[in-house]
Amino acid sequence: MSAQPSSRKRMPRIRWSAIVMIAYLLFLLVPIYWLVVMSFKSNSEILNAFTLFPDEFTFQNYETILTDPSWYMGYVNSFIYVALNTVISLAVALPAAYAFSRYRFYGDNHLFFWLLTNRMAPPAVFALPFFQLYSSVSLFDTHIAVALAHCLFNVPLAVWILEGFMRGIPREIDETAFMDGYGFTRFFTRIFIPMIAPGIGVTAFFCFMFSWVELLLSRTLTSVDAKPITAIMTRTVSASGLDWGVLAAAGVLTIIPGAIVIYFVRSYIAKGFALGRV
Amino acid sequence: MEKTVNQRAWILVLPVVLLVAFSSVIPMMTVVNYSFQDSFRGNDFFWVGLEWYSELLRSERLWDALGRQLLFSFIILLIEIPLGILIALSMPKKGWLASLCLVLIALPLLIPYNVVGTIWQIFGRSDIGLLGRVLIDLGFSYNYAQNAFDAWATVIAMDVWHWTSLVALLSYAGLRSIPSAYYQAAKIDQASRWSVFRYIELPKLRGVLIIAVLLRFMDSFMIYTEPFVLTGGGPGNATTFLSIDLVKMALGQFDLGPAAAFSLMYFLVILLISYVFYTVMISIDKDETKQ
Repeated sequence: MSAQPSSRKRMPRIRWSAIVMIAYLLFLLVPIYWLVVMSFKSNSEILNAFTLFPDEFTFQNYETILTDPSWYMGYVNSFIYVALNTVISLAVALPAAYAFSRYRFYGDNHLFFWLLTNRMAPPAVFALPFFQLYSSVSLFDTHIAVALAHCLFNVPLAVWILEGFMRGIPREIDETAFMDGYGFTRFFTRIFIPMIAPGIGVTAFFCFMFSWVELLLSRTLTSVDAKPITAIMTRTVSASGLDWGVLAAAGVLTIIPGAIVIYFVRSYIAKGFALGRV
Repeated sequence: MEKTVNQRAWILVLPVVLLVAFSSVIPMMTVVNYSFQDSFRGNDFFWVGLEWYSELLRSERLWDALGRQLLFSFIILLIEIPLGILIALSMPKKGWLASLCLVLIALPLLIPYNVVGTIWQIFGRSDIGLLGRVLIDLGFSYNYAQNAFDAWATVIAMDVWHWTSLVALLSYAGLRSIPSAYYQAAKIDQASRWSVFRYIELPKLRGVLIIAVLLRFMDSFMIYTEPFVLTGGGPGNATTFLSIDLVKMALGQFDLGPAAAFSLMYFLVILLISYVFYTVMISIDKDETKQ
């Protein structure tokens, strides 16, 4: 930034962008603030008094969730299938994305589009057939069933993102490695994968995100043993009437893992997106 | 960079093909199968040919839901794309403030869909919600559970809240990849802020914006959980979008035949629109490699 005949002109613009930013952040955070505040209120305070801050600060709602296995196992179940899904998606998408980024082969464009169509398929279309498919191979109500079902939209997305990253790596690197006598597997695992580590991080982030937030398929494919926290929330709401405090606390607890993941990938979010297909 | 022809690349894509075929082709065939048959209580099937299709094409229910869906996706794109670009332009450029903004902006993206619905329910309700109470205290007769307009406004506000960040993050990444030489050249030419945006930033954002439009179109077109939790499709059918209608039909009433025919037509509409997008993307990619 050089000095400064333009500084008088620049001042108003800077202030404008700060105003836009602050307004947007307020818009994002006020609903979340309300959820957090509500999770620390008792139900009678929620229903009878309108307070911006809890009068009687209570951890009762969190205690209810963290001491009852039918609640907290939901978080465990969600983590298991999200992790499974991320690992499976990356494992199959990595070689495929490499093929798409490096080679022309029979039917490649059609195949790529066909993969993308699965990202476009509404989960609502697949809910019932999935239920029947996974019941018929007796995988209903298992973590692997949900993980595989989420592959439907996460694998195409992973291929798409990874392909963008791999295109940014010059071909000469592959060729040099092959000339130095590296076999494909050794080259891929020792040289190539470390080079696209940021891309893998971003892809894992997206797989985690879309698997963690999905409700319709995970609810349809589970009943007890693998029931995710998101489905438990909907059931409890309808069964016990309106236990707003516990509902809010459960909601807050689903936001925390996401916030932690974002914190870890924060430097990748911008750089990572930019390295890809930009 | 020219790609080499190598048919052995098929070995590398085979796992993906098998996995996706297992989770999409087999279920899809079930759907096709059901769409030509009628059933009593889920067994005893018999062939009805194209009856479900012609019945659905004549039913107002489908066309109404499709109309609502198209209007919704259109409004969403109209608000979220420009707003996302504006947010990306307003982001701090570096330092801890930039990291903080990134983390806060990305937060709504990682909240489960039904929790998003719950947040807006708790926020918007006229008895316990901050938004609902404030609007009523200001003299508006706001109630998203009973008034169709309020329900639409709330669902749209919720989607803007939920997804504008995705557009903003993509655009931010696009802006970061513009070399600073471009800005210096613009400064020498004394270009206005608007022409910097119009002739430098916007063209460079084209690639990410296509992705953003494609993702936002697809996801808003199949939106289910958030409006389902918030309004349940109501009041009446005011916010019954295609997915909500379909799930009602398939899992609620267990009308396998009509639901299957509905599914296929739904999918075809998305496929058609997305194919147009994809073709445009490919041709733009080609343009860029030529340059």
